[in-house]
Amino acid sequence: MTIMPEEPAKTPGTPPGSAAEGLDAHLVVDRGTFRLDIELTAAPGDVVALLGPNGAGKTTALRALAGLAPLTSGRLRLDGTDLRRTPPESRPVGVVFQDYLLFPHLTALDNVAFGPRCRGEGKAAARARAAEWLERMALTEHAGAKPRHLSGGQAQRVALARALATHPRLLLLDEPLAALDARTRLDVRAQLRRHLAAFEAVAVLVTHDPLDAMVLADRLVVVEHGRVVQEGTPSDIARHPRTEYIAQLVGLNLYRGRAEGHTVRLDAGPAVSTTEHLRGPAFVAFPPGAVTLHRDRPTGSSARNVWHCAVAGLETHGDQIRAELTGELSLAADLTTVAAAELDLHPGAPVWAAVKAAQTHAYPA
Amino acid sequence: MTTGREPPRTARPRPPGRGVPLALLVPALLGLAFLLVPLLALLLRAPWRSLPEQLTSPAVWEALRLSLLCATMATALSLVVGVPLAWLLARTDFPGRGLVRALVTLPLVLPPVVGGVALLLALGRNGVVGQWLDAWFGITLPFTTAGVVLAETFVAMPFLVISVEGTLRAADPRYEEAATTLGASRFTAFRRVTLPLIAPGIAAGAVLAWARALGEFGATITFAGNFPGRTQTMPLAVYLALQNDPAAAIALSLVLLAVSIAVLAGLRDRWMRTV
Repeated sequence: MTIMPEEPAKTPGTPPGSAAEGLDAHLVVDRGTFRLDIELTAAPGDVVALLGPNGAGKTTALRALAGLAPLTSGRLRLDGTDLRRTPPESRPVGVVFQDYLLFPHLTALDNVAFGPRCRGEGKAAARARAAEWLERMALTEHAGAKPRHLSGGQAQRVALARALATHPRLLLLDEPLAALDARTRLDVRAQLRRHLAAFEAVAVLVTHDPLDAMVLADRLVVVEHGRVVQEGTPSDIARHPRTEYIAQLVGLNLYRGRAEGHTVRLDAGPAVSTTEHLRGPAFVAFPPGAVTLHRDRPTGSSARNVWHCAVAGLETHGDQIRAELTGELSLAADLTTVAAAELDLHPGAPVWAAVKAAQTHAYPA
Repeated sequence: MTTGREPPRTARPRPPGRGVPLALLVPALLGLAFLLVPLLALLLRAPWRSLPEQLTSPAVWEALRLSLLCATMATALSLVVGVPLAWLLARTDFPGRGLVRALVTLPLVLPPVVGGVALLLALGRNGVVGQWLDAWFGITLPFTTAGVVLAETFVAMPFLVISVEGTLRAADPRYEEAATTLGASRFTAFRRVTLPLIAPGIAAGAVLAWARALGEFGATITFAGNFPGRTQTMPLAVYLALQNDPAAAIALSLVLLAVSIAVLAGLRDRWMRTV
């Protein structure tokens, strides 16, 4: 550990200001033609989710933080200590891997005791510590079980206990719920949320599932093509998506354009009437459920946003049908099966789409 | 998939016209016979009546003891240096790795006698390394039991290295990464995680190497000679006995055959089940 020169000698272990505490990273990793370049900061107690499509570089970022992938350049400070030259085994970082990677030849207890053992504790002390962690995870009765005899949810908790048993200052979780089936996922997500909320240091999780990210994290960092495209609280991002990817994730039609009062002239062509009054570059978003479809051009309605489109594709979502439309404007519309049948919707069918200004939402870009 | 339209008459109905072509069946059976008949001959001509007497003779015991001892020591030596070598080949990237790998496998295809000659030139009393061993430590390796162990190691270790390297490549390296994030050095990760995970592969490689060492003839007789009680292992004893006491040679051969069958039985899970 390097001692910070500005750190007062009287209070060792207490970093001077809030700026030095927690994670302060600028990760740059070059991999062939792919370049990851993201800023990531978090205070102790924060749970940050890196959200993005597959191949966006989320896992690379995680590996760089853990020291498993070398940084090309940038900065990496944890609680004021520069970690760039620190080998992974010496970093105060715990990792929960996507498929957990519990050591198959060790019991749950010895898996958890592995970290403390490697960090110099005696066998008995390490096992006692591991037993405490398993108890905290309600896994005491599975302490002697080998990983192959654990359920997905149990294995996940053992992996979490194993990562936490070394008292990391940074906890990394790679797609923590991806390996679980839908039913256990709900339970495990709730448990994981509790454990993360109780964790006093920085937690960074990587996921491509917006629901996981929004439930588990206080703050989302959306990564696409190795760049941060948006950052904010879950509700912020859900309300004001700034890229097509996020808009699709949260189920919104999103367009970029230039606002002129109550209209936003879209880059894609037509204008959209809104209730907000804005000037300059802006986004307009509306949910697919706000779109109404008509066989003939609607007349005399309050909907001023009317576009002539053609059906590009139909998909069933529960008892709803989602229609992908192209034409004057590309958009998604949700309607009931009955309505779809009455409109005689089929790929290629012409249709009029309408959205009320009150249902749209415009915000500065 | 059976449709149920045609109730099968036998347990496994065979589609018509799908028999084995004669052009394949005949050579196949010839090949099988070629492999089995010599073993059968060994059993048929075995001096069963005098066998107990043959096998309890001190000379046989001496050779058998020496063979087992040397093969075991050679296997141990192969494990100590071969497993790390396999790890190096499987887990690290260095210039010329392909060449090193090829050199490691060379003794697999090299005639053992050539290996023996090469060992003499390296470790013989006037050899490249041997002269210093002699001058500095007074160690001479050729024509000693230690020489037998070295000759067998030279021939057998590649089997172990190749087997362990294959197992390592198949093992998920991310377990080592997981261990690293928990504070394990690379060596600790290898010792506490990788080694237990690849133990079955190491065991199989060790058995293979041991069997190869047990049957070693060419390199041993070239480098270590043929001194009863010191360097005369079973294969050497068999060869020598064949000149003046064929019955003893057959008896010794039966012992080696029994050992081989035992090895095969021990490995059946690994190789005989591969379909």
